[in-house]
Amino acid sequence: MNCIIVDDEATARAVVAKFCENTSEITVEEEFSSAIEAIKYLNKHTVDVVFLDIHMPGFTGFDFVETLKTPPKIVLITSDKDLALQAYEYDTIVDYLIKPLTQERFNKCIKKVKTAIHTQSIVDNATQARNTVNLGELFINIDHRLIKLKFNEILIIKALGDYINIKTEDAEYKVHNTLKKIKEKLPEDIFLQIHRSYIINFTKIIDIEDNSVLIDKNVIPISRSQKPKLMQHLNLLK
Amino acid sequence: MIVEQPNLDYIKELAGGDYSFEQKFLGIVKSEFPVEKQTYIDSIKKKDYNATAEIVHKLKHKFNILGLHNGYRLAVRFEEELKFGNPNQKDDFMKILDTIENYILNI
Repeated sequence: MNCIIVDDEATARAVVAKFCENTSEITVEEEFSSAIEAIKYLNKHTVDVVFLDIHMPGFTGFDFVETLKTPPKIVLITSDKDLALQAYEYDTIVDYLIKPLTQERFNKCIKKVKTAIHTQSIVDNATQARNTVNLGELFINIDHRLIKLKFNEILIIKALGDYINIKTEDAEYKVHNTLKKIKEKLPEDIFLQIHRSYIINFTKIIDIEDNSVLIDKNVIPISRSQKPKLMQHLNLLK
Repeated sequence: MIVEQPNLDYIKELAGGDYSFEQKFLGIVKSEFPVEKQTYIDSIKKKDYNATAEIVHKLKHKFNILGLHNGYRLAVRFEEELKFGNPNQKDDFMKILDTIENYILNI
């Protein structure tokens, strides 16, 4: 991860920079004593995190957050405990550190930031996937007729010897084809082969129990080797 | 009021044995503190209590960094009182600033 530090007090910037240096997980791109200069920088550069002092001359940390069009993750740094509640009104503010900082608390903060960035990327991917799904479709050949299936309507695809069975929300189709071939036609951001005989639309999962998933009313086995891959695709609250 | 003595415990912990960082950090404190002290003196002289509260807010972080925990508590109260136009603790606050100045001049 990379960050910038915004604080009008040089001492405070040096403390944050030192803690960043002590962890291998974050690098400091720039330090700013002026909020305006930091905003100019952020208009041209992308960073993962901004360590931001709330109290700056003529400009509060909250003003700063509201000024940015697409703010990165923000960690507020302050001597005031009283503003914490206000901070939680902003989705982009992921943590609130009270001066003087300690390495232990700073390390916890870095973990929080990492989790927030990871969650954000999952949400972004899911949004992107939803968009793909809404646009995407597949034509299958049934008795010399081409039938259009929208990706977001497909639930499960099962291998049946030389055929595959495609189950949608309100129909089932038996097609002369293989899982391997259809897999190449499906977007990877919503479909996953979880067993040698099954590809699922993992956005349709209702629950997961031991080594099976429930989709609609169908219990689908998960092979041991595919389970970690499936778990990676889930927005899991740990 | 008896002013507690500053110490380098926090700075040494922060440096974690990195002597060059410790010196660099002390250099920052030494160059920043006198400017902030002067800002405080100017704003209290002008009876601009909002501006005084702002600089007290900033200075109190240095109290913490230099291990002045009682001084920090005094600064927190003083900052609040200043927001209501009450400068009664200005002399005690000034004593802390003088103690810090004296300390950093001799390290």
